[in-house]
Amino acid sequence: MGSNMAEAHPVGFQWVVEAKARGAKVVHVDPRFTRTSALADMHVPLRAGSDIAFLGGVVNYILANDKIFRDYVVAYTNASFLVDERFADTEDLDGLFSGYDPSSATYDTTSWQYERGGPGGDHRAHKEHASGHQYGSGGPAVETTSTIARDATLQHPRCVYQLLKRHYARYTPEMVEQTCGTPRDQFLQLCDWWTEASGRERTSAVVYALGWTQHTVGAQFIRTATIVQLLLGNIGRPGGGIMAMRGHASIQGSTDIPTLFNLLPGYLPMPSTESGKDLATYLGSIAAHNQKGFWRNADAYTVSLLKEYWGEHATGENDYCFDYLPRINGDHGTYRSAMDMIDGRVFGFFLLGQNPAVGSANGRLQRLGLANLDWLVVRDLAMTESATFWKNAPEIATGEIVPEECRTEVFFFPAAAHTEKDGSFTNTQRLLQWREKAVDPSGDQRSELWFLYHLGRRVQQLLASSTDPRDRPVQDLAWDYAVQGDEPDAADVLRRINGHDLTTGELVDGYLDLAADGTTSCGCWIYSGVFAGGVNQAARRSPRTTRPGDFSLEWAWAWPYNRRILYNRASADPGGRPWSDAKACVWWDAAKGEWTGHDVPDFERAKKPDYVPPDGAVGVAALHGDDPFVMQADGKGWLFAPAGLHDGPLPTHYEPHESPFANPFYAQQGNPTRMVYGRPDNPSNPSPPEAHTDVFPYVLTTARLTEHHTAGGMSRNLPYLAELQPALTVEVSPELARERGLEHLGWAHVVTSRAAVDARVLVTDRMKPLRVQQRVVHQIWMPYHWGPAGLVTGDVVNDLFGISLDPNVLIQESKVATCDVRAGRRPRGPDLVRYLEDYRRRAGVTVATGTRIDTAHPTAPAHSAPRPGPVAEEVRRRLGAAEVAPPTPTRPRTEDA
Amino acid sequence: MTLGTHPLYGPVDDVATQAGHVGHPPRVGFFTDTSVCIGCKACEVACKEWNAVPEDGFNLLGMSLDNTGMLGADSWRHVAFVEQPRRLGRQDGGVAGLPVGPSSTSYAAGVVAGRLRQAERGGGELGTAPLDPGVPGGGPPPPGGADRMDFRWLMLSDVCKHCTHAGCLDVCPTGALFRTEFGTVVVQDDICNGCGYCVSGCPFGVIDRRPTDGQAHKCTLCYDRLRDGLEPACAKACPTDSIQFGTLDELRDRARGRVAQLHALGATEARLYGDDPDDGVGGCGAFFLLLDEPEVYGLPPDPVVPTRDLGRMWKAAGVAALALAAAAFSVFVEGRR
Repeated sequence: MGSNMAEAHPVGFQWVVEAKARGAKVVHVDPRFTRTSALADMHVPLRAGSDIAFLGGVVNYILANDKIFRDYVVAYTNASFLVDERFADTEDLDGLFSGYDPSSATYDTTSWQYERGGPGGDHRAHKEHASGHQYGSGGPAVETTSTIARDATLQHPRCVYQLLKRHYARYTPEMVEQTCGTPRDQFLQLCDWWTEASGRERTSAVVYALGWTQHTVGAQFIRTATIVQLLLGNIGRPGGGIMAMRGHASIQGSTDIPTLFNLLPGYLPMPSTESGKDLATYLGSIAAHNQKGFWRNADAYTVSLLKEYWGEHATGENDYCFDYLPRINGDHGTYRSAMDMIDGRVFGFFLLGQNPAVGSANGRLQRLGLANLDWLVVRDLAMTESATFWKNAPEIATGEIVPEECRTEVFFFPAAAHTEKDGSFTNTQRLLQWREKAVDPSGDQRSELWFLYHLGRRVQQLLASSTDPRDRPVQDLAWDYAVQGDEPDAADVLRRINGHDLTTGELVDGYLDLAADGTTSCGCWIYSGVFAGGVNQAARRSPRTTRPGDFSLEWAWAWPYNRRILYNRASADPGGRPWSDAKACVWWDAAKGEWTGHDVPDFERAKKPDYVPPDGAVGVAALHGDDPFVMQADGKGWLFAPAGLHDGPLPTHYEPHESPFANPFYAQQGNPTRMVYGRPDNPSNPSPPEAHTDVFPYVLTTARLTEHHTAGGMSRNLPYLAELQPALTVEVSPELARERGLEHLGWAHVVTSRAAVDARVLVTDRMKPLRVQQRVVHQIWMPYHWGPAGLVTGDVVNDLFGISLDPNVLIQESKVATCDVRAGRRPRGPDLVRYLEDYRRRAGVTVATGTRIDTAHPTAPAHSAPRPGPVAEEVRRRLGAAEVAPPTPTRPRTEDA
Repeated sequence: MTLGTHPLYGPVDDVATQAGHVGHPPRVGFFTDTSVCIGCKACEVACKEWNAVPEDGFNLLGMSLDNTGMLGADSWRHVAFVEQPRRLGRQDGGVAGLPVGPSSTSYAAGVVAGRLRQAERGGGELGTAPLDPGVPGGGPPPPGGADRMDFRWLMLSDVCKHCTHAGCLDVCPTGALFRTEFGTVVVQDDICNGCGYCVSGCPFGVIDRRPTDGQAHKCTLCYDRLRDGLEPACAKACPTDSIQFGTLDELRDRARGRVAQLHALGATEARLYGDDPDDGVGGCGAFFLLLDEPEVYGLPPDPVVPTRDLGRMWKAAGVAALALAAAAFSVFVEGRR
């Protein structure tokens, strides 16, 4: 679901094909029939963005028909835990949970805690910090030793199992059909197959991708799948799991060692102005004092990271230079930054292998932001639209950007391709795979490592004689990587990531060796062990055929500790025996007194299955012998999330930010905590209960084609790829083609309140209308690879989308919107501006449209995400930029939307 | 039928020996299992990259997701996409119970065919040269017809068949086309004089001349890679093993097993194409598992090498020559009288 794996991840799809050849059933749940569906046993259509209703229906089916893997659920999940009696469900509050504050559109999560488990204090969510994501693999701080009340019979009305039953009781096959448009019989067939292929003897896996993440409820889509998989016993076991197909090569790597504003390496949170008071306060914000599990050791991970950053300068006396780290005080994510560019709060920007002028939602806003910078650095393989927007953006035709007057100075640096440099990729399976350089980069192309290393070196030189204390973090940086010629040695960087014992100078073998006393360094604690024994473990290439019986353990290296299946303690029963021979993974070897098996056990090797920790134990020592979820604060899989999410402890069906339909479950229409931005440059199409939804009657969704790569920088310039998909197309069903008079291969344009986009029409049976709430709804699909540069060009599909974000992870809802489609080409130049104004007028769109996000209370105020105060001028002054350029005509015009 | 020691038709046990290779490796080929093709076109790209085949135009063909059209001088692999309003084996195409009307598959195919007819060479440029597919026309899908009940999407990566009796090779007057030690058929562009006989000699419409150099080009089964012990680029790139490379005997065994497996799974329409040594080209070095009639994929149902009739034609010509000679002789004899 939410993945078109055959098209977007064809290399990984070979394993699906192999599983199918061995008898596995493959089901593709997707708005349209794709190349993935072509090889599936069943294609299940649904309305884009209705996945929680769908999966909630599966949860309901499992619970109503008692299909749970009971032994697993009772032992390994929090099903039996009791929740605070103040907790109120969406069934009680018409789509809201207890603790909602309409004025800030946030939850106080106090009432979501386990009974007697809560530490009390302020649980107000600070969603501007995207703190949900900050918990990473660790989950939030929860005080959880032996105090949680539970009922192993699952009968107590406030136990998680009963809450779940009640929460999903109305998610019936009929409601699934009404909400998702999926025929009831087909839905039940899927439920049958899924539950039959799960349990003691069999397991099922879920694959998702950007079709789940790019929604205002994206994190909760995945949570719903988590609930299904935990109830069926499909987590921590071979053939089970929830697989995230990542958006690019090594995107997993760039969250592990993040390019995100709110994370440090290894999912340690970036300190905020509150949590970052000092090191002790910061560490307390990561793990509660008496919390279970491996996050309790965050002090060792953090101090080792600081030692890696600042070397000998980091000492116990100065909190290991903790004060050198920046503090965040709000959302500094990519969309906030784009809006801040327009608003004059950002004046310089680096783009490394990213093309937001095409690839990000609301392309016009992105480009207007880029056009309002002092300087922009673009490093890419080709001159992407983000480097050339000043001369070929669509806004030139409308007069919004004037090339001669565009203030932004663009520096383009040609980048080396992956074949032209050493390094590692981290794939979706957490597998670090080393690759060697095949050829030298040509011309001025240089590796990312080269660019950043020399940039850092030069900045350090420039500041060498500074006496300003704010330059100390740069001056003291341990920027001493090994260099070959002028190219930094990538293997040396990986060694530094692995970490060293500073008392001996030796490489450490893993994060269990890390200490919080400054005697170890480590660039990313979860990667620690990649150079275990002094060997680049990521460069190992022994295929599975040479090691029968194990899980290809000598093919590259998986974090953490080369474990191929996370939480694989759950593959054995509480007594330590595999649930079944067919699904054996790791088990307790009583004779040797240790865990062993086909995989590296994700558990303390010598901890007996029946181990019960002594009273007062904390951290790792507090984990029972049957607590498989060793990173969770209670050692259990979370059916109910007592903390960590901004939008509720249980996934709840909310309509997308833009939907033609009212929420059939609750008065609350959309995610009550989503991020919305009511601005003239970011209008929203109306959704119920707002009027005029008929102006944009269709559901728009986008995805990729196999033949192109995301924003096209890597494919539209290559003739062999460009010729395979030479033009932007829009796929419509024959039914919609008749309704709108669209001709196969003729022109049409798709319209939202943001933009109109030309495309050639493909009329195809692969698109199918659905019946939702007693009426027919059409879905429209477009690939988003085109822009004005390259061998093949086209309009920018992402211009059609506005910016509304998931509150947990600040990811945009660009997989679903409402739209209109018309035969023929869109108007050009100023006519286009008038055309869109007319659409907005007919739809009654104002800056307030879509911002009244609490619809459960009729009198709730409109809400828009808070904006930071104006800082740019002050920052400019501090940098001595006395001659601040006045606003130019290229600044965006205010639309009278 | 044979002419001297050179068979022109029917099964041949060892094409390489027959071509004069001594101590040669076993005959190799492709088994393309279309039931696991995901239409990613990695084969098309890998082929062009390895063999430096030029791009042939950035034109939207719109035949489902196929913008290559067919094999030609500049397309040595071609992935065909076929959309059909019918069921594939026991697959549930997810149409039942939806508010659908008539299928658009034949409408869309008709629009493409109509546009090709308006092109300069009537679509003959496909796979070889840039093509202007003409102006749109014909309007949206017409109303009427039965509601669609099901859907399936077939994909097939087409390639030169490397026939046992290769029409292109047999008609080549320069020797540019030759049979390799691997039993494959390769054209040498430093010898080809561009006469074009091979183009009409191929019963599959595979080989074509490139407008820029006038010479004939087609799949070499990566002859250079074979000689280095590597598998062809397309098979190497295929993520799902839809394209399988190997010795022909082994591939044929594997293919028969796969057909039996698919039949057992309910896909009774699965059949092999080009695997039969008794067919009109003596069996193909590159053969296919299809899920419908060959015509559906753009393959000829009963390809016959033109040389099949060569013996009969020579006989007829010989008889005619003899008759003429006899007549001339009789005239001469009678003239002497």
